[in-house]
Amino acid sequence: MNARLDDIPLDPGRRRFLRGSAAGSASLIIAFSVPLVGRRALAAAAPDAALPPPNAFLHIAPDDSVTVVLAHSEMGQGIWTSLPMLLAEELECDWSKVRAEHAPAAPVYASPMFHIQMTGGSTTTMSEFDRYREVGALARTQLVAAAATRFGVAPAACRVERGVVIAGDRRARFGELAAAAAQMPLPSAAVALKPRRDWTLIGKPTPRLDTPAKITGRAAFGLDARPAGVRVALVARAPVFGAKLRHYDASAARKLPGVDAVVEVPTGVAVIGAHFWAARTGRDALKLDWDLGAGAHFDSAAELAQYRALARTPGSTAAMRGEAARALAAAKSPIEAEYSVPYLAHATMEPLNCTVELGADHCRVTTGTQFQTVDQASAAHILGFKPEQVEIVTAFLGGGFGRRANPVSDFVSEAVQVAKAARAAGHTAPVKVVWTREDDMHGGWYRPQFVHRMRAALDSDGLPTAFADRIVGQSIMAGTPFGAGMIKNGIDPVSVEGVVGSPYLEATPAYAVELHSPTAPVPVLWWRSVGNTHTAFAMESFIDELAHAARRDPLEYRRTLLDKAGAKRHLAVLERAAELFGWAKPLPAGHARGLAVHASFGSYVAQVAEVSLVDGKPRVHRVACAVDCGIAINPETIRAQMEGAIAFGLTAALYGAITLKDGRVQQDNFDTYPPLRMDAMPRIEVAIIDSGEKPGGIGEPGTPPIAPAVANALFALTGQRLRDLPFKLA
Amino acid sequence: MQLIVNGQTHEVEAPAAMPLLWVLRDIIGLTGTKFGCGKALCGACTVHLEGEAIRSCITPASAVAGKRITTIEGLTAAGDHPVQRAWTELDVVQCGYCQSGQIMSAAALLKRTPRPSDADIDTAMSGNVCRCGTYQRIRAAIHRAADLAEVKS
Repeated sequence: MNARLDDIPLDPGRRRFLRGSAAGSASLIIAFSVPLVGRRALAAAAPDAALPPPNAFLHIAPDDSVTVVLAHSEMGQGIWTSLPMLLAEELECDWSKVRAEHAPAAPVYASPMFHIQMTGGSTTTMSEFDRYREVGALARTQLVAAAATRFGVAPAACRVERGVVIAGDRRARFGELAAAAAQMPLPSAAVALKPRRDWTLIGKPTPRLDTPAKITGRAAFGLDARPAGVRVALVARAPVFGAKLRHYDASAARKLPGVDAVVEVPTGVAVIGAHFWAARTGRDALKLDWDLGAGAHFDSAAELAQYRALARTPGSTAAMRGEAARALAAAKSPIEAEYSVPYLAHATMEPLNCTVELGADHCRVTTGTQFQTVDQASAAHILGFKPEQVEIVTAFLGGGFGRRANPVSDFVSEAVQVAKAARAAGHTAPVKVVWTREDDMHGGWYRPQFVHRMRAALDSDGLPTAFADRIVGQSIMAGTPFGAGMIKNGIDPVSVEGVVGSPYLEATPAYAVELHSPTAPVPVLWWRSVGNTHTAFAMESFIDELAHAARRDPLEYRRTLLDKAGAKRHLAVLERAAELFGWAKPLPAGHARGLAVHASFGSYVAQVAEVSLVDGKPRVHRVACAVDCGIAINPETIRAQMEGAIAFGLTAALYGAITLKDGRVQQDNFDTYPPLRMDAMPRIEVAIIDSGEKPGGIGEPGTPPIAPAVANALFALTGQRLRDLPFKLA
Repeated sequence: MQLIVNGQTHEVEAPAAMPLLWVLRDIIGLTGTKFGCGKALCGACTVHLEGEAIRSCITPASAVAGKRITTIEGLTAAGDHPVQRAWTELDVVQCGYCQSGQIMSAAALLKRTPRPSDADIDTAMSGNVCRCGTYQRIRAAIHRAADLAEVKS
């Protein structure tokens, strides 16, 4: 994988502008070209107004429509709206004329942060904050120059209002100016961006642009791809990770009506049929003989026991200061606690799927993906094609949460293998590989199981003088395109993120964070908020335990530590969430409160949860949430992401666990892997603190605090400290 | 068999056991109705059968032949059902995948119970899963849709 990624041009240089070619057309395209070094901006006339070139970021057509091309994938997080907002802020177009579309896969769309085209790490806004505004500003400059020429005035005499350039009593719409704008010389230096005080769109709650399509059934998700003649394939995959197919008998399957073909692929046996039902009945009729291999002995409960044992042995040092081990050994009664989290499936609402149209020298892949560059390279590698022979059409993603950014492009690679095998067998029709819910849940790439063993020594005020954490769990980054660059001295930084870098460590004179990264046959992956899913749970639960040991109020205790660490942004969200909740106000009998604060992906989130027991089970009634994600681009999206991230984290805290016995995943569908439902959804209030800092992420940071906030509330309610997720009350 | 979908009659050849969901999606080509679980556990496949919400993923198409089926595409021609208008006003959707089913369940609820309580909403909507967690907005939007429907009638 890494070798293949070496072929992908990087963008180490600054963007430079380049006069584009143009020939008698009526549209303005703002595009970038990518030579091997540096990225160049290009303004050009569209050869065909209906088809923007493959490197366009913006297309203004004669009908005034403004099409913003998105280098990132919309999976619910709202970039379909927020990236156009950034661009339109500078373009000063009529917002009602703005449309968005996903970019094809091309080097020009590489993330300025990761240098591949992808969506993840809550980085879209922070990484594109300048680029999309620059595109808008450049286009506006070209349009104004064209208008100035037409009006016979200086560009400075022109102003722009909602897509109209005005000078005195002369007016021209963007659509009328687009063709001429494409001919204007590009500015020799970067165009100036608006100062913040002049923003009219950024910071304004803006309705989503994808709502009309998504409330009428028109939005095309990957599963909705229906190229002419498409066939549907289901794959019978290994029942155990690492198992190998010995033999199969497809004679019964082949006789079924609607079954076209049965082909073997590296991951199993694919049954291709006229529709899902034919493929599914065909797959049910297969006789498969697997060599299960060593994976058949895997047991996640046994692994957890091993992890607990490992947590009692020294690991690789991830962070340290002073003599924590000595201080803890000398402490009279150190506080100790062990936390665990299980494997988790992403369980996106749209099960995995991928549609492939394979020709002799071209391959079109239609899917909802977070990882275009990797998928393109993977497909090309399988087919012996160059990456540019593989076209990636990014459909709407019916949820991503990290699952659709796969380092080996599992669901894309397999579909390409199916199409390749089918073609070799004489079946040239497009093929859509569909995963059932059970396939999706058994398919691996889970949030890894983790254990934290935390210890602390307290001074006479109850404040920590020494802290230690031993973290045990599989590395996510090992084996990904980022592993080589990120893993240093055996430390995968995402295994420890959120403990390392915590302000509580800053407030503690001596600390040691150690890591064990065992390997296992279960493939693991980033899952909404990645390492923070477990580090925040352990850290914020442990701090609560320390506050209790110190006989101090959990809010006041955190305030003291965060103040000591100079963690102003943590403090601000903590205070705001406590105020929003009414921390000091009495609650109804049988209710209790708990809180947590955690920073991740450049954003700061505090949550206070109110809980009770209903029929002996935890019930979360209300959550007050405060977030500081720096400049708030679209406050409506930020609120929605906090609400959703809390629901996502609550699902994991209350119900979520993937377990394996004899190598087999024991959960199948939403009955055995229950999601949060309407009747368990708490009332959520969100306060946004606009710190004016540079934008942080928003898709993930709302998830980490909710599990510890609820655990801490349940402790306050019941006296039971729930150190293992999902919660099980005694 | 004959299926009457959104007022249109379709002559369909399909195995008797084939669920309505796949006939709608893979044969008729109406992809607004979604596949989520295949076992009536998530509600993404919700359509109306004679005005009542059903899970099309476990309903054999042969069992509903000749009856009136409405999918998200047929709920309204212009996308302006009170539920759809409320969904727009409250910016409900995120990834959007479950929303066809949510909207069909909500529309059926409001037809039955024009002024639903929170408890009515819990009962009617807890079969519809949203992994993006849009439940709070769905609840508010159902109350809002009840207002909008009242103004209209």
